[in-house]
Amino acid sequence: MELTGAQALLESLKKEGVEVIFGLPGGSTLPLYDALFAEKGIRHILVRHEQGAGHAADGYARVTGKVGVCLATSGPGATNLVTAIANAHMDSVPMVAITGQVASPLLGRDSFQEVDITGITLPITKHNYLVKRPEDIPDTVKEAFHIASTGRPGPVLIDIPKDMQMKKIDFKYPESISMPAYKPTYHGHPKQISAAAKLIDDSKKPMIYAGGGAVNAGADAELLELATKISAPVTTTLMGKGAFPENNRLSLGMLGMHGTVYANYAVTECDLLIAVGARFDDRVTGRIEHFAPHAKVIHIDIDPAEIGKNVSVDVPIVGDVKNVLCALNSRIKQKDPGSEWVAKVMAWKEKHPLCYKSNGSLKPQFVIEEIDRITGGDAIICTEVGQNQMWAAQHFRYTKPRTFISSGGLGTMGFGLPAAMGAQVGCPDKLVFNIAGDGSIQMNIQELNTLVNNKLPVIVVILNNQYLGMVRQWQELLHGKRYSHTDLDNNPDFVKIAQAYGAQAIRVEKPEDVEKALKKAIAKRDGPTVIDFVVAREENVFPFVPAGQAINEMLVD
Amino acid sequence: MKKHTIAVIVENRPGVLSRVSGLFSRRGYNIHSLAVGTTEDENLSRMTIVVQGDDETLEQIVKQLYKLIDVVRVHELSNISAVDRELVLIKVSANEAVRPEIQQIVDIFRAKIVDLGESALIVEATGDSEKIDALENMLKKYGIKEMVRTGKISLARSEETK
Repeated sequence: MELTGAQALLESLKKEGVEVIFGLPGGSTLPLYDALFAEKGIRHILVRHEQGAGHAADGYARVTGKVGVCLATSGPGATNLVTAIANAHMDSVPMVAITGQVASPLLGRDSFQEVDITGITLPITKHNYLVKRPEDIPDTVKEAFHIASTGRPGPVLIDIPKDMQMKKIDFKYPESISMPAYKPTYHGHPKQISAAAKLIDDSKKPMIYAGGGAVNAGADAELLELATKISAPVTTTLMGKGAFPENNRLSLGMLGMHGTVYANYAVTECDLLIAVGARFDDRVTGRIEHFAPHAKVIHIDIDPAEIGKNVSVDVPIVGDVKNVLCALNSRIKQKDPGSEWVAKVMAWKEKHPLCYKSNGSLKPQFVIEEIDRITGGDAIICTEVGQNQMWAAQHFRYTKPRTFISSGGLGTMGFGLPAAMGAQVGCPDKLVFNIAGDGSIQMNIQELNTLVNNKLPVIVVILNNQYLGMVRQWQELLHGKRYSHTDLDNNPDFVKIAQAYGAQAIRVEKPEDVEKALKKAIAKRDGPTVIDFVVAREENVFPFVPAGQAINEMLVD
Repeated sequence: MKKHTIAVIVENRPGVLSRVSGLFSRRGYNIHSLAVGTTEDENLSRMTIVVQGDDETLEQIVKQLYKLIDVVRVHELSNISAVDRELVLIKVSANEAVRPEIQQIVDIFRAKIVDLGESALIVEATGDSEKIDALENMLKKYGIKEMVRTGKISLARSEETK
């Protein structure tokens, strides 16, 4: 079949099962967009900024587990994708980013809208390609999807010069590809699994610490079985939320800087820490030499480079988390659910619950709790970054994987709105919320337009305290209340902005109006709603472990 | 800090050198020397990299290298018996009076004088890094005007290869 490079690209994407692309056209993608014009098999969502396309592809990938695809033109289009690519890289999200490039005779001449995007994205992609022959397009797409979605997932970029999109090739999609140098390890070494089983059987105070790898691997059932069998309390990272049901008695919620008191106490006291698809990030460990000081460590991860990177481990197991847990579960002995250890942890849980002072004013934590209550916990919660993100993590009980969508590693303000858009496209029948702050929402607010145009019923919850709240909190607690450039009391009117974009908009100032507003938003299924919750200005996120301190030394109020 | 020699076999593709060198710089690993060349297989190139760092750092370097899609194999050559060679060209100030002395040194090191001018000459030598260091030291007092070393290349001895 003779096709242009552009047509070959679309055919290849369809062969990979791509249903939707998030993108915005430009000079170097004209041939591609010309092919898309007649394309019936792929839905294209036209964003208003390429960063939105990148985060939308990311959000789509996180909720569906499929590879997200975004498309941008050369130069500024490509650089606008950079934050989104870095974000997907830090959080191990499968994504293929396609960029147009100036025609190959113009490459390297500082041509109009030329940028070396493969050079720029070298450290933030799992791999990237510059297509130099149009006949390489099918193989490149096949490889890109394979790399993005296997092993430890991540973003792959394909840069395609304009002339490569126009030249004709004889299209044949490869059945298979040979990548001798790329072979992820999926099955844990039997010796290591035996060693881990022995450590577990010998432990008196076991504890599980699960991260995003458990979600990526779809290992929630195996994790529940492990925890139940050995009666080990389970804490998750921000990325691991949903891997273990938070309504289970063994759930300790999140650990680390804004973790629960009981999770941080339990980690500090346990004698065995089983790390499942987690990477001992500094926001989790605090001062590393005080992290799990009494524990032997089993570290299960698909990426060998994560093992021994931040902490030394007693039993490393490289492999797919689901496979490894499966093998491990069949080897280990049942433990007593009424052990002294479990009782002690349960007593901590009882004594130090997550709390806030409700004094009649509208508290951000209350808004999150109301969303949980009114939806019955059946919703996808996307977040921006900062206080909004931590409250959303703390005060909603996540019970299923792929329901908490947040920028963990990179901490990208402006992620939530486009990610929620991608999540809603991926799960059209789900209730999708974006929990935002008044700072973050302004970083990609233009995507309200995309939501309206595509009738996507995302509910945008702005926890509006007229501050860059998390930075203000650090300034309050660590810099003597010197609020340097964090006061946003000259914000625009978010209700008017939302209305101008064509969204339903509501302002809420009192706790008693929260339920009504949320119900009104939930009832609207043909477009987005923005709710501007004017919340208590100087509310803080607690517990709080200042950076570099031991995690059991928390500020609690 | 300890020096380690690693051989990195990579796919012979554009950009692969910047992938490898970029990895070293962004993760803060110190490269002492790096030599790249073709191999018996035209699809593969071999980089011999001498790095400084403790054993944990070396382990991370090897694991991080394996994460690059273009990296096929990584061999650690520090702890096994290997043949190490480096090539050096040294331009030494030399008037007629000192030439015989220099010639003597060159002979002892089994090096060669490959260019001769009025006031300077060029010495070529190959050998392991210690020999090259020693030669360089001996020639210093005459005045080294310019010098280039290729960086170490290394192959495991026959009985060590799998």
